Amino acid sequence: MTTFTFNHDWWQLLTGSFMQNALIAGVLIALAAGAMGYFTITRRSTFAAHALAHIGLPGATGAVLLGLPVSWGMGLFALGGALAIGALGKRASQREIATGTTLAFATGLGLFFARMSSSATKQMQSILFGSILTISRSELLGFAIFDAVLLLILAFAYRPLLFSSLNEQVAQAKGVPVRLMGLVYMALMAGVITVATPAVGTLLVFALVVTPSATAIMMTRSPFSAMVCSALLCLGSIWGGLALAAMFPFPPSFIIVTISSALWLAVRLITGRNQH
Amino acid sequence: MEKHAEPCIEFRNAAVQRGGRTIWSEGTFAIERGTVTAIVGTNGAGKTTMIDVELGLLPLCHGSVTVLGCPAGQSNSRIGYVPQNYMDDVDSNVTVSQSVLLGLTGTRFGFHRVTRQQKDAVASIIEFVGLGGKEHMRLNELSGGLRQRAAIAQALVSHPDLLLLDEPLANLDLASQSAIVELFAQLNREWGMTIQIVSHDLNMLLPILTGAVYLLDGHPHYSGMSTVLDSDLLTHLYGTKVEVVTTPQGDMFVTPNPDVEPAGHGDGTLDASEAATFFRQHYAYAHAHSSGTGAQTAGTAAHEAKED
Repeated sequence: MTTFTFNHDWWQLLTGSFMQNALIAGVLIALAAGAMGYFTITRRSTFAAHALAHIGLPGATGAVLLGLPVSWGMGLFALGGALAIGALGKRASQREIATGTTLAFATGLGLFFARMSSSATKQMQSILFGSILTISRSELLGFAIFDAVLLLILAFAYRPLLFSSLNEQVAQAKGVPVRLMGLVYMALMAGVITVATPAVGTLLVFALVVTPSATAIMMTRSPFSAMVCSALLCLGSIWGGLALAAMFPFPPSFIIVTISSALWLAVRLITGRNQH
Repeated sequence: MEKHAEPCIEFRNAAVQRGGRTIWSEGTFAIERGTVTAIVGTNGAGKTTMIDVELGLLPLCHGSVTVLGCPAGQSNSRIGYVPQNYMDDVDSNVTVSQSVLLGLTGTRFGFHRVTRQQKDAVASIIEFVGLGGKEHMRLNELSGGLRQRAAIAQALVSHPDLLLLDEPLANLDLASQSAIVELFAQLNREWGMTIQIVSHDLNMLLPILTGAVYLLDGHPHYSGMSTVLDSDLLTHLYGTKVEVVTTPQGDMFVTPNPDVEPAGHGDGTLDASEAATFFRQHYAYAHAHSSGTGAQTAGTAAHEAKED
């Protein structure tokens, strides 16, 4: 059992080269999650987004089994799941029973793959709960490229995506390709999940991708300001988590999720808003 | 109002199926421009399906539908559409003006700035529907009646030629209902807009209707108000005893149960021609005194904002 001790050298630890990748990863994750979390809530696809992380799990453990980078397998499975959900249409992302059943099965499959090799078993914990401190330079490069592509696509498709997220029926009648918008959204979401999972793991990714946006939506009055606010809240949670993890012997994932959840609860109590 | 030779909506022997089941068939009728029409029928008769067909979202299995001179679906940019419970489940932070703006820019891909012109169009339509001063309120901070206005504003901002609404009065209190009906009357009167309204309750709409499409026994029919306001037809249509009654002032309403009608309403049932005469009187009155009913309802809108 770890004892509750304060690390007086925490600043040194935080500014050391060891932490650098984690801090940069925080920025890249916050950008992606901030932008996409808004659409996730507006589309009411939060459960589908959560499910993507679990659908990615067998990909992640399977990749370890084959000796491939975790992110590849994770991304591939999440993308496959995303396209399947997206192809069924926006209403399908609200079919909670089908999504939940798939989620459970995928998690089980992830466990099965993990048990097939000892290295996957060892990595299971970090896949489930995150390991932001072990993110590599090459992973960061991949995240940065993904962020650039994501922001470019979002800027280009911003209005039709927002219109179809808010008012799908009317957007469809007005000629917005709502099916395509659904597929694009889900594919991008698979990417965001893949990027965010190393920070807090598949089980906790909801608190990083959806919760800051929910908090931001309560605090702001436009889509764009909600996205900026959400990215800042997400970044605050990650950096705050890293700082506190440097001071105290707590796992970073725990503190990141705690900060994100506490902010949401506080804002919800203050604004008195009945949102989910 | 000028007369266009070509009807706004024309059904020719139209039939539609959903999931292999025929919803309705043999629909042949035309709706003139500048009219206000109700689509009436029991639950499941295919009222919303008719809107879907007119928008080209659901293909016909037989016949043809022409809307604004083109096959259904090809002139949707000139149609304003407000689905049922349209903005009630919006789970976001968008404000009235952002939502209305999407009615102008929501279909555009690429990088565009919002122009001065677009901002002015949004501001003026918000003023028109009576939401002036509430531009920056979130949709989920508005009452049902005001949210319905915001939805209508989004449909109107592109200045369509035809407005299609699915149950726009459902779940609204009486004051909100009459305010929305007055808005339709004003649109029809001042803009010459053709309006089609799906409704299960005719009463609020009676003063502004030109006619109705009624879905009866699996077939859509169109008829002017004189025929629609026939007790026997309405009884058949709703499958329950329906009476058309009128007040001494000439106001008419449709009631499902004559036993509970309020006292002092004349002697109950009218025949169709009598009903039509009363209706025409009222309708003519509403048109001649355009601001008549509006004056009563304009004030109520301001009090509709949610308290909490």
